[in-house]
Amino acid sequence: MLKTFRLGGVHPHDYKLSKDAAIRVFDVPQTVVIPLGQHIGAPATAAVKKGDKVLVGDVIGTATGFVSANIHSSVSGTVTAVDLAPDGGNLRKPAVTIAVEGDEWNPAIDRTDTLIKECSLEPKEIIAKIAAAGVVGLGGATFPTQVKLSVPPGKTAEMLIINGVECEPYLTADYRLMLERGEELLVGCVILMRALGVGKCYIGIENNKPQAISNLKSLIVANGYEGIEVVPLKMQYPQGGEKQLIAAITKREVPSGALPIDVGAVVQNVGTTYAVYQAVQKNRPIVDRIVTVTGKLLSTPSNLLVRIGTPINTLIEACGGMPADTGKVINGGPMMGRAMANIEAPVTKGTSGVLLMDEKSSVRGGEMACISCAKCVDVCPMGLEPYLISKLSKLGLYERLEGERTADCIECGCCSFTCPSNLPLLDYIRLGKAETMKLIRARQAK
Amino acid sequence: MNETLIYTIAILVGLGLVSAVVLYFVAQKFKVYEDPRIDETEGMLPGANCGGCGFPGCRGMAEALVKNDDISSLYCPVGGAATMSAVAQYLGKAVAEKEPTVAVVRCGGTFCNRARTNTFDGARSCAVEASLYGGETGCTFGCLGNGDCTRVCNFDAIHMNPETGLPEVDEEKCTACGACVKACPKSIIELRKKGPKGRRVYVNCVNKDKGAITRKACSVGCIGCGKCVKTCPFEAITLENNLAYIDPAKCRLCRKCVAVCPTGAIVEVGFPARKPETETPEQPAVKPVAAEAAPVQETIIVAEGGEQNA
Repeated sequence: MLKTFRLGGVHPHDYKLSKDAAIRVFDVPQTVVIPLGQHIGAPATAAVKKGDKVLVGDVIGTATGFVSANIHSSVSGTVTAVDLAPDGGNLRKPAVTIAVEGDEWNPAIDRTDTLIKECSLEPKEIIAKIAAAGVVGLGGATFPTQVKLSVPPGKTAEMLIINGVECEPYLTADYRLMLERGEELLVGCVILMRALGVGKCYIGIENNKPQAISNLKSLIVANGYEGIEVVPLKMQYPQGGEKQLIAAITKREVPSGALPIDVGAVVQNVGTTYAVYQAVQKNRPIVDRIVTVTGKLLSTPSNLLVRIGTPINTLIEACGGMPADTGKVINGGPMMGRAMANIEAPVTKGTSGVLLMDEKSSVRGGEMACISCAKCVDVCPMGLEPYLISKLSKLGLYERLEGERTADCIECGCCSFTCPSNLPLLDYIRLGKAETMKLIRARQAK
Repeated sequence: MNETLIYTIAILVGLGLVSAVVLYFVAQKFKVYEDPRIDETEGMLPGANCGGCGFPGCRGMAEALVKNDDISSLYCPVGGAATMSAVAQYLGKAVAEKEPTVAVVRCGGTFCNRARTNTFDGARSCAVEASLYGGETGCTFGCLGNGDCTRVCNFDAIHMNPETGLPEVDEEKCTACGACVKACPKSIIELRKKGPKGRRVYVNCVNKDKGAITRKACSVGCIGCGKCVKTCPFEAITLENNLAYIDPAKCRLCRKCVAVCPTGAIVEVGFPARKPETETPEQPAVKPVAAEAAPVQETIIVAEGGEQNA
């Protein structure tokens, strides 16, 4: 029997419409807007000013503090503004606008396709290179990678887990990467193992991607990589969650409030692993990423290699244009993605997909009363009681939320997905989680 | 038979007496002295338990009033000056004179002033909507219209107007407890001085975007042009982050800023309707402004008339 995690989970239809579309390099746009906060943690500080000339790969924002990441220019040209620019939610955030002139790259970057397998750097040097390249979790969480790799004193990493699950319906960016950049991906695994000083690496892939599983398996055998193992997993959402993936592969449960490192595991997404390969072996910072542009009505669902800062509406144009009865454009997948109020917003490091939903399927059903069926409790992969947390948060009883382990919520949306009364459970839980985190932080500050 | 009855009664009476004696001494030993004035003071307070004073309820406030020597920093917004002076007289302490305040919603983004650009179909809560994105209009600072403020009001003093999509404060009922101020995730509501005869002048906008962006999103937003700052003879207006703010302590209600504001973001409340003819020397200065504003006003009236007909 195939492995999967123990608690909760749902089975949405996977709709991998773009799985056979090879990665297509998207044209460099005429202007890019590169937000300075593309990661979890403090936004970067602008390192350029209006009128500066930049090359592809030049640092335009430097990390502020430990949990932060560098931001690089994805194009060559002139900085036209360092100002606030609207993001997908229409909120104005600091960003650098660059008018594109040609496509000149920073000479330090190796742009060839030759595979470089050997890496003799020390772990510290590897982590420094990753930090310099601004690598963050490309699965969508955008947590700075160097922070995850810096194992805190007193804890030891026993294994590296590579997340090739891609459990979000519709998205295929990671799948195409595993098919088309498998060699580089495996070198990335070796580098990460070296950085962590571990001898074991598991690559978790769901069984709806048999080609990715067989491709990586054969590459491991052909190259004779030791310690790397592909683990096929039973399809179940949200298997791509760190804690769920660890539970599925190792049967270890990460305790409430603890981190994966507490059970000896470090989890990285395949996209991140590929970015690590590029950063360490090719000196190439994150200047582009693979974005799945998909939707049932879209004429050509595609996987595009897009420069960071490209307006999202141009991607939709390139994939056949916006269908007439589009009700929603979602940044990310249908389960965890966010509906966009501004589709001219730029692609960021966390943009794994752009999903177009038709009018009918984008409208939520009418809210009805809770019938106490406890389906939300059954499907919660963290073992929480979503109906209760949602209710407490709606009533503003934030002090009680901490005891209900609200901070453990991974915002996967299984509860809202399964609720027969169409209650906006996650909406309120997210609010309650934010308030709980505020309370916890206020107490820690004392 | 008789004996059984007598024994039972005697034992119960005996038990009762012994317990009474024990309880009496225990009560004497563990007696907690409470100032009787606390009960009295609590009786004087309105008993709304709204928390507007900063204490958990009226009891907490009463305790603080009795225990603190200096009560000038304490204030019951519900009871107002009358209650505070009565309490102060009873306790023989001095109380600060505070002008009555009222909750003011600083957003003029009605349905006709501020076009909707998208639809939010999540939980009907301003706090949730604000945590997710900028809102249904191009203005990311303005009222979201889900009525979080109306739900927290203990005095039934703030209601959503379905025609405008904005909350409206009932000045008669508002006690300025500040619950709505805390509930609003966009910090639109402010407690402002009620003003003489309920007259107030304030900037009816909290948008900090640059003028061009604000103008695109809303027809009555503050664009940060600074005309009011220059006009104000009392230096009551400050401009920060493209947003004007009128200091109620300095404002003398001359209303010169209202006349010069190009978008109508500064509003006057409680004044009698302006007479068409003012003093002769002022007339030429006022007239061009009125002429400029006329077409705008006309369109608004047309729109309102249309709505009423429909």
